[in-house]
Amino acid sequence: MPRVLLVEDDPGVREGARLALRRQGHDVAAAATGEEGLEHLRAFRPDVVVLDLMLPGMTGLEVCRRIRADSQVPIIMVTAMGDDVDIVVGLETGADDYVVKPVQARVLEARIRAVLRRLDTGPSPDAGGPAAEAYGELRIDRAGLSVTRAGAEVPLAPSELRLLLSLSASPGRVFSRQQLLEAVWEHGYHGDVRLVDACVKRLRTKLGEPPRQPRYVQTVRGFGYRFNSQR
Amino acid sequence: MTEQLPARKSLCRRRPRGLRLRLVVAFGLVAAVSTLSTGALTFREARTGILQQSQDTVIRLLRGRVGTLAPDLAFPPGRSTLASFATEVAQADPARKWRVLVAYHGLTATSRPRDSFPELSSTLRTAATTHTPTVFQRVTSHGHSSLVVGMPVVFAAAHGERVATGLTVFLTVPQSSEQAYVQALVAAVERAAVPALGLAVLFALLAARGVLRPVRELRLATRSIAEGRLDTRLAVHGSDELADLSHTFNETAAALEASVAELRRMEARARRFAADVSHELRTPLAAMAFVTDILDEDAAALDPDTAAAVRLISRETANLARLVEDLMEISRFDAGAAALHLDEVDLAELVRRTLISRAWQDAVDTLLRAPGALRGRVDPRRVDVIVANLVGNALRHGADPTRLSLREDLRPAPDGSDSTERWAVIEVRDGGPGVPEAVLPHVFDRFHKSDTARTRSEGSGLGLAITAENARLHGGTVRAANHPGGGALFTVELPLPTSEQEDRS
Repeated sequence: MPRVLLVEDDPGVREGARLALRRQGHDVAAAATGEEGLEHLRAFRPDVVVLDLMLPGMTGLEVCRRIRADSQVPIIMVTAMGDDVDIVVGLETGADDYVVKPVQARVLEARIRAVLRRLDTGPSPDAGGPAAEAYGELRIDRAGLSVTRAGAEVPLAPSELRLLLSLSASPGRVFSRQQLLEAVWEHGYHGDVRLVDACVKRLRTKLGEPPRQPRYVQTVRGFGYRFNSQR
Repeated sequence: MTEQLPARKSLCRRRPRGLRLRLVVAFGLVAAVSTLSTGALTFREARTGILQQSQDTVIRLLRGRVGTLAPDLAFPPGRSTLASFATEVAQADPARKWRVLVAYHGLTATSRPRDSFPELSSTLRTAATTHTPTVFQRVTSHGHSSLVVGMPVVFAAAHGERVATGLTVFLTVPQSSEQAYVQALVAAVERAAVPALGLAVLFALLAARGVLRPVRELRLATRSIAEGRLDTRLAVHGSDELADLSHTFNETAAALEASVAELRRMEARARRFAADVSHELRTPLAAMAFVTDILDEDAAALDPDTAAAVRLISRETANLARLVEDLMEISRFDAGAAALHLDEVDLAELVRRTLISRAWQDAVDTLLRAPGALRGRVDPRRVDVIVANLVGNALRHGADPTRLSLREDLRPAPDGSDSTERWAVIEVRDGGPGVPEAVLPHVFDRFHKSDTARTRSEGSGLGLAITAENARLHGGTVRAANHPGGGALFTVELPLPTSEQEDRS
């Protein structure tokens, strides 16, 4: 039973979301403020956080930043349409996905499932396959779902890990943003490509890529991104 | 607007030049008329004076000479007597310029031998013999003017009467020095006229500048206002009519600025209100939207009336949510906050996905380009909205078959170079009765429903308005027409920039 932490200040929305999530079979903890949510994070140990961006007191962006400081738990932001800047900042801060209010229960549910699936699926460890692929300093362990760089573990949020796994599954192949949206986020074709761009940005930062000449995740102008396995 | 501009410009340019010219001409005319009339009057008076004086002198001298010599003349005089008389009379002039002719009953003699005396007209001759006082005539021949005087010689009789002797003395005096005076006078007038005219033109230009500078400032300021810079003001110098005008202009501009600012404030307030209302509606709607799925799932277990009521609430909540979403979208367009998130995509694929995601692929006949044939940088979400709204509109209001076509259009670049621009043209046509002509211009208006009864249909009434805004945001157009073969035809044209304008990495 997935455990969902819901941070939402409006009592009506909080109650509606709690009802809907419980109905879908989730174990729900609801918090009215960011501070309360951060407390629950330690005690409740959620599998996914559903975070409203508009919170009194500590903002949703700040909560997102604090969660990311020591946790890679999937974060789905709930935003109001028109908060474009907040969406971009939220994604760059480390949120994995976002939904726009008002949102139907089944849409939120689909996003939660997608973000949780990112961790359990991925290519299964084939018998006889190498335990991990190595690209220079980078080692990608598909079975153990871990990535190390120069021997040190790179903490990746689910969307970042899934993006890296998708790209590196076919080194050199160019993926369009739309393809990545479908593969990583399970969005329809018309999703927000800023999710991809923000995630690539976060991934590059975590991999310690030089900003101008990324070694691994490269931009192919006009088409999308590819994973470069060559030195 | 653009058509009127050149005309207005030329008008602005011509006016000041005309005014300057008019001032110069007026000043010049005044100067010329006053110099010439002054000169002419002076000239006439001076000339008359000079000539009169020389004439008087001549006549006085002649009369004195004749008066001295005539009494010694033997009567009747012979030819030689007459000749010596004429010579003696001529000697009265110290400059020896006199030519004298003496006539006595058909007998004539001149002071100079064989002098034909061409200046003497028969009129003068007759006048001199028939009138007792001295007659004179100014004669100009061959560019030289001369004074011709005719004087009958009379004797004073006993009773104070005068008795003609029949002897007439004619005298011709060249008036070259008088003529020279007059010419000098004319030259002086001419010399005065040219600088006066020059000064007049100079003053005219100065005056024109004095008038034209404020006029030019006023013109520039007016144009500036017309171009939307309502805070334009003029510096007011002095207290003449032009200063008055500048002052009035400033007042008008201030009033205009104030009223436009007030209008903008009101409009902004109205828009903000719409945005705020949508925003406020969204929170309760968000709460309701979360639970409508629960209602739908459990409706089957309720008694029929309750189930119907529950489904109605669920359905209308979804409609309300869509309406609020559309309102928010429109508010963002109004606030200029709508942004394009361009991505290079296959447009045929994009359109196909739009139809599939709404399960419309079997309801629409499509004519698309082959996969990969038409790629371009667009905002996929917005193009999805455009296509979905047009197709949805066709499916709702039109009749089968709904047709959708996507093609590429190459157009010459507007800058006139050889390069071409790529455009994507999307056409959606339905098989219905078409849109009434009167409604066509308004189909993209907000909340415009083609049926005037304003019955609520599935759409929010904002769909086509949002479509138009999305096309405009891409730099494209959308238009509605009736196809000659029947049915409404909506055409969307979107530019496909080829150059990489931004790096999204």
